[in-house]
Amino acid sequence: MTAAAAPTAAHTAPDGAPDPAARARRRRSALRTAAFMSPWLIGFAVFFAYPLLSTVYFSFTKYDGFRQPVFNGLDNWSYVFTDSPAFWPAMRNTLWLVVVMVGCRVAFGLGIGLLITKIKTGTGIFRTLFYLPYLAPPVAATLAFVFLLNPGTGPVNTVLDAVGLPTPGWFTDPSWSKPALTALALWGVGDLMVIFMAALLDVPKEQYEAAELDGAGSWARFRHITLPNISPIVLFAVVTGVIQAMQYYTQPLVAGKVAAGVIGGSGQQFEPGYPDKSTLTLPQLVYNLGFQRFDYGTACVIALVLFTLSMAFTALLMRRRGGLIGAGE
Amino acid sequence: MPRTGRLTTAATLLAAISVLATACTGQSGNAAADDPAKDVTLSFWHGWSAPSEVMAIEENIARFEKAHPNIKVKVTGNMTDDKVNQALRAGGDGAPDVVSSFTTDSVGKFCNSGAFADLNPFLEKSGIDKAKVFPKTLLEYTQFNGNQCTLPLLNDAYGLVYNKTAFAAAGITEPPKTWSRFTEVAQKLTKPKGDSYEQVGLMPTFHGYETKPTRLAAQWGARYFDADGKAGLAKDPAFTKMLTAQKDLVEKLGGYEKLERFRTTFGDEWSAEHPFHRGQVAMQIDGEWRAAMAKEAGVGFEIGTAPLPVPDDQAADYGKGYLSGTIMGIASVGTKQNAAWELVKYMTTDTEAVVAFANAIHNVPSTLAALESPALELTPEFKTFVDIARHPKSSTTPAQADGGTYQLTFEDFAYGAEKGAVADITAGLAKVDQQIDTDIAKAK
Repeated sequence: MTAAAAPTAAHTAPDGAPDPAARARRRRSALRTAAFMSPWLIGFAVFFAYPLLSTVYFSFTKYDGFRQPVFNGLDNWSYVFTDSPAFWPAMRNTLWLVVVMVGCRVAFGLGIGLLITKIKTGTGIFRTLFYLPYLAPPVAATLAFVFLLNPGTGPVNTVLDAVGLPTPGWFTDPSWSKPALTALALWGVGDLMVIFMAALLDVPKEQYEAAELDGAGSWARFRHITLPNISPIVLFAVVTGVIQAMQYYTQPLVAGKVAAGVIGGSGQQFEPGYPDKSTLTLPQLVYNLGFQRFDYGTACVIALVLFTLSMAFTALLMRRRGGLIGAGE
Repeated sequence: MPRTGRLTTAATLLAAISVLATACTGQSGNAAADDPAKDVTLSFWHGWSAPSEVMAIEENIARFEKAHPNIKVKVTGNMTDDKVNQALRAGGDGAPDVVSSFTTDSVGKFCNSGAFADLNPFLEKSGIDKAKVFPKTLLEYTQFNGNQCTLPLLNDAYGLVYNKTAFAAAGITEPPKTWSRFTEVAQKLTKPKGDSYEQVGLMPTFHGYETKPTRLAAQWGARYFDADGKAGLAKDPAFTKMLTAQKDLVEKLGGYEKLERFRTTFGDEWSAEHPFHRGQVAMQIDGEWRAAMAKEAGVGFEIGTAPLPVPDDQAADYGKGYLSGTIMGIASVGTKQNAAWELVKYMTTDTEAVVAFANAIHNVPSTLAALESPALELTPEFKTFVDIARHPKSSTTPAQADGGTYQLTFEDFAYGAEKGAVADITAGLAKVDQQIDTDIAKAK
């Protein structure tokens, strides 16, 4: 307390007023700092703060993008939570994808990473094979999956039928459409595999050797050495996965449209989410409301809900970071 | 003081950002003050993409430019509604002056939002009595609450396209005229194969391309709104009867799941792999273009066309159908609206232009004069659709402030009804009415 008070006393004029020279120095220092930070500050203001504040503002207006927005209080908010037939199905689907798809992707990515690091021969080939699907454009990959999983003509069901197994409707069946999307996400798990591989190769070998000398089995080594060492990477994978799942748009839209037989052409309107809204996600709803139904206000409400959810998930995961890192730190 | 100063700065910034947010919005309602006799270049966006269609529209534009040497038209094809909407919102030099869209259902949104200019003043200025130029139903779907923000650019009539050879093989001598006969014929034409089909008489499900609930509802003469403008699907028994008949048809043809699984084997609607071309379906609810497309695909069977069947108790109205079509409008943000009107006027009201375009892309003409024109190429298959367009009881879906959202709400319900997931259809329709009224009130 004394130490903190001392500089203030040193820069205070005898009559108790702040020393003008010290104040000027502080101002110059603050300006210098601001000048160095200005590129980021401008970027933050233009690309984050302004759009965010605009979104908040528009969420309280009736705005179609053509006429001036008109303040309408909580109308959009109450419509979304009580009257919209699509919001809650989209919310449930998005949360399902956040929990199941992200969970599966992280587990699968880690599993493949572990497998590749253990392989002695042909590592390069396997790395390439597992990574390649990640490079496929989302639309092309989705089209390929809809073809592969076509219930009537797809090779997957042909094989399942040949071996006497049930043949699901995949993208045409509401109970199988999200698992089918998860399968597509797992197919493109190359990004996580690479990250996990790098993390796994970074785990100190001596820790494994010491554990082996102590008689630790493979599960114990994974649980007490591998996992604590790679936990920051797991956290990174989960946080970025959650954010990606919150923005999941292209794959469910394309899969739904193709499975519904709507490619475009005669001016038919298409509601995303086929079959039975089972592939409808919040980002699709934002686009549909804002750009197709001319209802920016309601779209902004859902965008804010998405933003809040993303922040909440990230904050929750970050709070648990210490626990995740555990012995590794 | 410094704390207060920071707060003031923050509040000022917030206010400035809010003002900016409101300032960066689109404007509408420009008055047309340009001179259409001056040299000008118009930007025209349309959605056609097939080479033959693009060529037809270019020929049409060439005829216009010849008649209006001072106006050049820069044509951009394959534009979706989303791109058009965004360009119109953004305005500026990049926005189109004239737009055509296939999505008739969006007219209410286009008019209500002011995206397109009201064409009534232009029609008056040109001395055009729209009621004498366009069929009544087409005027209905191109305006909203008296705002004629679009005009019809050709017309789509929906009817039945059928495989005459398959009919003959099954001993069926004429297309079905009533719904009960239609169900019988569809069953008779259905050929099972294992747990699937070799051919279905008709793919009845509402995901079967042009088989939409709105098109069937037109055959029942259903009315979506009452006199007060409130949704009345539950009050009009036609909707319940139509959905009940649809559910019955789906069941009789093998059930929803089996039919949907068969549907997944179908090729693209706009390709030669269409199930009708390949003989997977013997009848297809479709627009006037299907017969011509099937012939171009080189099908090995004879093609017939007919109006869609009507309910048994409305047999006297046989011949009617659902109508919609491409619409054309002028961007309200445009600064060349008088010149743009010259193009719209030419393409939508000039009989020679309308007939030539209709002949080229096999669509039904959209003016009364063009429908009677001797230059209209009438094959027997195409004539059916022209007759549907002329039928006094042919109808469309009314324009609404929320565009076609009310139709999608109904369609969503119809998906459940056709597969038997709705126990009480009328009670379900009452909920649909409630949702429609909520959505429309919000959009107004």
